[in-house]
Order: sequence, then C-alpha cells, then structure tokens
Amino acid sequence: MRPTAAPVLLATLLAATTLTACGSGSGSDPDTVKVSYKQSTDNSIRVMDTYLGEMKKQFEKANPGKKVELVPIKAPDSEYYTKLQQMLRSPKTAPDLVYEDTFLINSDITSGYLKPLDPYLDKWSDWGRFIGTAKAAAKAQDGKTYGVPDGTDTRGLWFDKGVFAKAGLPADWQPKTWDDILAAARTIKKKVPDVTPLNVYTGKPAGEAATMQGFEMLLYGTGDGTTDPLYDTASKKWIAGGQGFKDALGFVETVYKEKLGPDVTDALDPNFATSVRGELLPKGKLGIDLDGSWLPQDWLKGSGHEWPEWSQKLGLARMPTQHGQAPGKVSMSGGWTWSIPSKASNPDLAFTFVKTMQTKANAQKWYIANSGIAVRNDVAADPAYVKAQPGIKFFTDLVASTHYRPAYPAYPRVSTAIQEAMESVTTGDSSVDRAASAYDEELKTVTDGQVTRK
Amino acid sequence: MSAGTRAASPPVRPLGARGAAPRRGGLLRSLTRTLPLAPAVVLLLLFLAGPIVYCAYIAFTDLQLTGQAHASFVGFDNFRAAFRDDAFINAVWLTLVFTVLSSLVGQNTLGLALAALMERASKPVRTLVGAVVITAWVLPEVVAGFLLYAFFRREGTLNAILQWLHLPSQNWMFTLPILAVSFANVWRGTAFSMLVYSAALGEIPKEITEAAEVDGAGGWRRMWHITLPMIRRSIGTNLMLNTLQTLSVFGLIWVMTRGGPGNRSQTLPLFMYEQAFQNSMIGYGTAVALLLLVVGSLFSLVYMRLLRTEL
Repeated sequence: MRPTAAPVLLATLLAATTLTACGSGSGSDPDTVKVSYKQSTDNSIRVMDTYLGEMKKQFEKANPGKKVELVPIKAPDSEYYTKLQQMLRSPKTAPDLVYEDTFLINSDITSGYLKPLDPYLDKWSDWGRFIGTAKAAAKAQDGKTYGVPDGTDTRGLWFDKGVFAKAGLPADWQPKTWDDILAAARTIKKKVPDVTPLNVYTGKPAGEAATMQGFEMLLYGTGDGTTDPLYDTASKKWIAGGQGFKDALGFVETVYKEKLGPDVTDALDPNFATSVRGELLPKGKLGIDLDGSWLPQDWLKGSGHEWPEWSQKLGLARMPTQHGQAPGKVSMSGGWTWSIPSKASNPDLAFTFVKTMQTKANAQKWYIANSGIAVRNDVAADPAYVKAQPGIKFFTDLVASTHYRPAYPAYPRVSTAIQEAMESVTTGDSSVDRAASAYDEELKTVTDGQVTRK
Repeated sequence: MSAGTRAASPPVRPLGARGAAPRRGGLLRSLTRTLPLAPAVVLLLLFLAGPIVYCAYIAFTDLQLTGQAHASFVGFDNFRAAFRDDAFINAVWLTLVFTVLSSLVGQNTLGLALAALMERASKPVRTLVGAVVITAWVLPEVVAGFLLYAFFRREGTLNAILQWLHLPSQNWMFTLPILAVSFANVWRGTAFSMLVYSAALGEIPKEITEAAEVDGAGGWRRMWHITLPMIRRSIGTNLMLNTLQTLSVFGLIWVMTRGGPGNRSQTLPLFMYEQAFQNSMIGYGTAVALLLLVVGSLFSLVYMRLLRTEL
C-alpha cells in the first residue's frame, strides 16, 4: 500500500490544480473594460482596429487607472455572430462591451444576452442628438433600448464609368426599372466581354449580404413600395406566397442564368464580397455592383487597397423599384450598435467607454473612417462631415426613403431561408416557383407557423 | 509494482477458500489496488462521459444559440424533424456515398494494392513511394484541403493539365463536388491503409506463399486464397478505423466546398454544423450528431460481426 500513496497524492493534486485552473481565471478585473468587435478577414483592412486603438488611448488618459482590453474576433459575418453568442452565454467569457449587428440584436435580447441601457441613456445628454430611426434600431419589443448605434448604412448601385463608356452607356446612368438594369448589364456583356456585368450577392455563403444587399433591395421595390413585403406588422406574422417574392427570385435567376452575374462558383465563395471590394471594382472588372454605402472604407488612405481615385472612376445610382412605381427608389438600412452583455462584469465602465466613443468629434471621426452614415443630428449637419467624402451626400439622402428589416427574433432564420431560395435559383437547382414554395415551407418551420398568405 | 503483485497473488487464492477473513482482506486489497485508478476514472467521467451525457440531453431539448429565452424539453421532436427534413436525408445519402467511395473503395483497396506492390518493389522505389504517400497523411487536414482545392478549382492544376492534353476542362467542385471531396479523402487517407496492410503482409510466412507458388498458384490465386484470408483481421480493423474516420470528416470538405454548391456535398458533419452554429439550433444539431453516432456504430457492428464469423 505504501508505494501507491505517493501516486494517489500526486494524481489528486494534479486533478485539483487542473480543475481549479479551469474554474478561476478569466480575470474580472474591475478596472478593465473588455471590448469585443469584428475584425476584418482581410489582413490589410484595419479601420476599426485603428479607431478603437485611438479611443483606448483617449479613454485611458481621461480615466487614470482604468484600462481597455480589445478582444477582436476575426471571422466572416456569420461566424462572428456564433462566436459572440457562445461568449455571451457564460459570465467567464462575456466581454463588457460588444459590437452587435442590428440584424441579430432582437434575437440576442430574447435570449437574455444583453442588458437594457435605459438607466444609462436617461442620464446621458448626448442621447437626444441621435435620430429617431437609429434609436429605434436597438429598441426591443419590451420598449427598452439595448444598444447605442454607431452609424447606419444605405444601399444603392455602384457602376464603373470606364466600363460604361466602353459599352456606350451614359456616365450619369440612372435606371428607372429593373429592366433598365438588366438591359445595361446585357449591353456590357455584349460590348465589354472580359468584365462581369452585374453583381448581386446570392446564396448562403454570402450570408446576410445576400439577403439585404441582394434580395431585399429587390423585394422592397415590388408592390406598392410602402408596405413591408416580408412581415405583416398588423397580424405580427411573416408573409408567404407573395408575387413580389417570386419576381425578386426571378431577377436573381435571370442574372445568373444569362451569365450577367459573376461565375456561380465565385458568387458562392464565402469571401466573394472581399474580392469585389479589393479586386473587381478597383481593377475595373465589374460593371454594376448592387452594394452598400460603406465600400469606400476599404479604399481610404491608410487602408490596404488605397484607391482615392474611386470617386472619379465609379458612379452612383439609386436602386429603382420594379416597374418604376412610386416612390421610384429603394434602399435598405441596417447598422451596428454597442451593447453591454447581461453577464458583463464592468457594465458601468463599459458605458463610460461608449460615451468616449460617441462624443461628437469621435463619432464623426468614426462615420468618416467607416464610410458610415451619421445617426447624430449635429454630425449630419456639420459641413466638414458632408464634404469629407464623395458619396456621403448621395447615401445620406437615401435615408429619407430607406427601409428597415423586420429584425424580430425569427429574422436570422428567415434570412437563411431566403439565402437558400436564392442559392437554388442561382445554381439552377430549382425553378423560381419551386424555390418560392420551398421558402414558404421553411418559413412555417422557422417561425413556428406564424405565417400569413398575401 | 504490477509484477510484484502478480507474483504475490497466486498463493492467496487457494487460501481464500478457507474462510471469510482472508476474502475480506482480498477485497480491501483490491480496493486499495484500484484506488490509484480513481483520479483517472473521475477525470474520464467528468471530461469524457460528462459532455457525452450532456450532449445526449441537449438533443432532446429545443436549445437555441439565440432568439430564445428558455430552452425546454421536447422529447423526440428533433429526431422526427430530422427524418422529415429533405436536407437531412440528402446529407445521409451523401455521407453514405462519401464513405463507400472514399473509405471502402478508395482508401482501403488502394492501400492494399499499394502495400502489395511495394512488397515486390525494389528498396529505393519502396522508400520513395512510402515517403510520398505518407507526406499526404502527415499534412494537416486544412492544408490538405487547400491543396486539393487548388488542384480542383476552375483555374486549378487539374484543369491546366487537361487543357495541356487538349481535353475539355471542368469545374470539378461545381459539377461533381462529392466526387472531388471523395477523391481528396482518398488522397489523404490511403497512407494509413497502406501502412496497416504493409505490416499485415509482412507477417505472412514466406514458406506458405512459396509452397503455393510451387503448387502452381498464380499471382491472383495466391492473393485470393492465401494473402486475403491471412490478413482478414487487419482488413476488418482497417475498414472499421477508416469508416469511422471518414464518417466524421469535416475540415477537408469545409475547406474545399463548405458543403456547396447548394448542398451537393453536405455530408452529415457539415449539416450538423450548419444547423447548430449557423442556424443557431443547437438542440437539432446535437440530435443530428447523435444520429451520426448511430450510423457509425451500425458500421462498426457490421464489421465486428464479419470479423467474428470469419475467425
């Protein structure tokens, strides 16, 4: 028995130390704010890192003894959400401040991951400067606000003036209907063969970009242009079997069937958005791009693919409604907010950091660096902001006629169902009718039957 | 220590029949002997069995990563949903095709063929081929995935070769993605089978083969009547290991196709990942994981049966 005593002791000790090592740690230091945000998968794009680094310096100078720890999560959009949600589940891994997409915020609020910010906002005079729609973006169904928006975005058509000149199309192009867009793309295909005529994001690999930049920009331009074609607010039900839905899918099918879009394999590559911004547009390889207002952030000075000439090379056009019916143009808006997890260990300090980031000067710096659209009145009215970048005026004007997604808890899964429908018509695996009825089926499952037919 | 106890135990047993007291002593002794195992057992239960039990529990709930205040127990709902889900059935079929093609037909047969050929090859050839094949095995899964992605993609090596031969090029990962990933798995995993079979072939006594040769048995007959029966056990073991490994291949397919295009190369592990982490349905994803476990154990049951009857 004696020879066994030592190993037993050793093993118990080892077990004890490893077990306690798991338990403790994850330092909840009361003087440190842990900030999680999404880092670009393109190594030469460090816009947010640079900005946050500057904010960290300011904050630490103004609050001696306090520290900011930046915890970047480097992942494509869809994987960022997953990683973040896993971190938010446990107090050991939950950061003090997180960067939340408004697309997912309601879903995360329902899960109880986030803390209502109303007690902080009531005492914060700058909150009155934020425009109404932006404030509403992070307001949950319970009437409480869970995030401070750091800007919004709008969407439109970017086109290459060089390609247009070669194809004999005007430099001040403004399509009136969907057919005008397709006609322009067909002309480009015929006259400038080595260029991709038109990009519409599609399929599951593109994630929410496919749903919002692609599908919803089409869908919200069908019908009368004012009622929400996805969600019926009166009955609180999701809408199935819409003609607009089929028409929008039909547009996507046409683009890929007639080879007006990128090669299907490229379009279904998860990193395609990165190559559109970093390669296709700067190299003049893409005619028309249905995309977001934030593209220039990749081309600013100091970013990886510096391209200051973009404002001469690229033109901007409003996305038209299907047949040119009123209001004649379509835009979608989303954006990101700063939120405090319910399991955060230093929420007060975290909000102090939000206030540092959202002073007028700092907010303005961020909108410009990020090619974001201002959500503070005082910044939007500042001529320095309007003139800071070409295109800002164009996209800010779209805010008046923009749509917001029905970002209810079921939305992320509805979005996936839309991407699946898009992907199946893109690859040609199924017809528009089949894809639309598959969506209707899927919609019933993901919303627990909260579906109405129109 | 174990040698000492073994030497001491034989005299104890005959004595034990005499009365209760020594037996109790034996019990005490065996208890103290198992005591050193206790920490390991506790750790195993905690970190191995624990998560498995927890996972089995989650499979019966509707736990979601987001969009849900409280998870609740839903019984067999997840499993019923899976069997009604076309995407799940599709994934099961693709998994079977992938396993049969790449593990049974590819890795196993090719590994045996390579091992048999190498038996007869000269030393330098053997060393060279062995090194090349094992390199594929040594490469990390993700690296192998990228290499084969580069080989199969539209502007990839394979199409460059085809073009040079004036043959029509193909986008392999688009037209037949399941074939492309199966090939990738064969490329990567054949080395393992080859090693197992090389060892097994080396164990066959030379005399038997020579005797058969003297009796006039040709190469194929020797293979069928001598070699295969003699390495039957290695075949069984190898098949089982190969199949279980192939069933759970994730990284290779994820890197090459992400289960796409559409879901034409979405095997069960990828389907499970998509449901659990991209659609945030942890409960459903875990149920699929359990079903994958069932498929795996069915395969191993079949192999174990085969092994037993053949012995």
